[in-house]
Amino acid sequence: MTSEQLAWKIRRHGIEMTHLSGGSHIGAILSVADIIAVLYANILIFDNKNPKWQGRDRFILSKGHAGAAIYAALAENGFFDVEELKTHYANGSRLSGHVSHHLPGIDFSTGSLGHGLSVGAGMAFAMKQNGNTDNRVFVVMGDGECNEGSVWEAAEFANHFRLNNLVAVVDHNKMQSLDYCDKTLEVSPMAKRWEAFGWNVIEIDGHDHSALKEALSAENADKPTVVIANTVKGKGISFMEMDILWHYRFPHDGWEYNCAVNELHKVKPDGVEDIYTPDGCPETTPEPEAGDHTMCLTFKPDYRMGGLE
Amino acid sequence: MRDSAVRKLIELARNDKDISLVTGDLGFGVLKPYWEAVPNQFINTGIAEQNMTAAAAGMALEGKKVFTYSIGNFPTLRCLEQIRNDCAYHNANVNVICVGGGFVYGSLGMSHHATEDIAILRALPDVTVFCPGDVTEAEACIKAAAETDGTTYIRLGRGGEGRALDSVDFKVGKAYKIRDAKDFDKKVALFSTGAILRDAMAACDKLEAAGIGVEQYSFPTVKPIDEKVIKACADKYDYIFTVEEHNIVGGFGSAVAEIMAEYGGKAKLVRLGINDVYCTKVGNQAYLREQYGISADKISERIQGVLGE
Repeated sequence: MTSEQLAWKIRRHGIEMTHLSGGSHIGAILSVADIIAVLYANILIFDNKNPKWQGRDRFILSKGHAGAAIYAALAENGFFDVEELKTHYANGSRLSGHVSHHLPGIDFSTGSLGHGLSVGAGMAFAMKQNGNTDNRVFVVMGDGECNEGSVWEAAEFANHFRLNNLVAVVDHNKMQSLDYCDKTLEVSPMAKRWEAFGWNVIEIDGHDHSALKEALSAENADKPTVVIANTVKGKGISFMEMDILWHYRFPHDGWEYNCAVNELHKVKPDGVEDIYTPDGCPETTPEPEAGDHTMCLTFKPDYRMGGLE
Repeated sequence: MRDSAVRKLIELARNDKDISLVTGDLGFGVLKPYWEAVPNQFINTGIAEQNMTAAAAGMALEGKKVFTYSIGNFPTLRCLEQIRNDCAYHNANVNVICVGGGFVYGSLGMSHHATEDIAILRALPDVTVFCPGDVTEAEACIKAAAETDGTTYIRLGRGGEGRALDSVDFKVGKAYKIRDAKDFDKKVALFSTGAILRDAMAACDKLEAAGIGVEQYSFPTVKPIDEKVIKACADKYDYIFTVEEHNIVGGFGSAVAEIMAEYGGKAKLVRLGINDVYCTKVGNQAYLREQYGISADKISERIQGVLGE
């Protein structure tokens, strides 16, 4: 399966899973889809028959709320049955909203932000000590996650010990839970921050698969690498793109679900089947206010001056 | 106790290259023998306990037996979520060493007093909680921690605890009898955990001099706790006294209470510890034990008061 095909499937599964479960974070699932697709289609070394194989690359989704993207990638790569994706969030399911290691192919459970990079750095450190030079550790984080101080503790550690077998990817979609990142706790300039911490920084369009392949393949002689992947929250569904509403909202029955599926069908790569709605959904028109919730809700310039009463 | 524990760790590390000691930039003059003996099994991760603990989890998942080291509340409360999510939940062989349980760092002030740690660590599933009472128990706890597949907490004193027991047939979860009750009319059971053992022993001497027999135990493991000893004493005596250099809420006395409440037996329980306050007084460990009611004199007075002497 090509990365383009896998990315489409991650998006389609993501829409279905959140639709069925009423689950959150479709915006993040869509923004990270291309990064995950390239990792699983072209970069990561793994064995779906032996998920704990010592010769695998280690992978941690530190922004665990986008777990549906990983579940979709694992199912499409034969770690478990695709049918199981429908159990996302359900009673008795293995597919919790945030990533769980009780599922084959998941190296580490996350959900609380700011843990994954440290754990990945510890793995990378121990792998060097153990003489493992064949494998790397990949950690995918959010840009909002970079608010967490522990991220920068890990950044210092990885640089200090020259963990060049560690690759972090920041899914830089510019939005977090309540608002834009830069209206919440300024994260710009993201690349310069990582450079200042001593990392090898590669900044790319996080939806450009050839750029992702090149960046994620690059090896550095002595530094950890961070790929700043500039992405669009909700990428691929026009009314979800850069609309803060879709951090938490799920595609409801009716125009939301139908329009989302139909938009994906318009860009379906050859050789891909939609197992849920093979022929798409009935033509439906989005409601007028669709996609119009993109506004700064939680920050006013006066806050900086302490001028508000 | 601290130095003996480090010596034990050196001995173990020389024979097992997977043992790693990770410090949060503490241990001046204490850890030097370790890093000189086994330099490749030591890391200083800087003043960054969240990263230290999560990285330790990552290392443990790559096969290392990791000991994190710091003082007071820094290796526990500062990075509690990393212990919970990254270490315990993943059953990672991470052993958190705290030097300075209770009032060890007396005059340094409240920030350095570990007085709620037992309660908090005990509340985490899959965390074994060790509070050795003397040098012999401390050495045994370190060894048991390295051999325990999973996360442990080891709460140490600093120095001068001495040896109450020459040797111990150590088992995780077992309490050790320090003395049998002398054949007086009045007899009670006294349990302690951690380095307050010395004051507990001196208190028992005073009680014996006052004609009160004491069956005394040290509990180097608070979780799992020795139910057998608790139940036997609950049947045998009218009173069980617990002594801990820790808040009375949620700690060792509470662990004993949980067993007694569900078991029955005839004994009443009296918990001696810090009476749910933060320390606002300045002084050394012995002074603060006296001020907060857990010195040998205060323990003995309190018990005699309860018995109506």
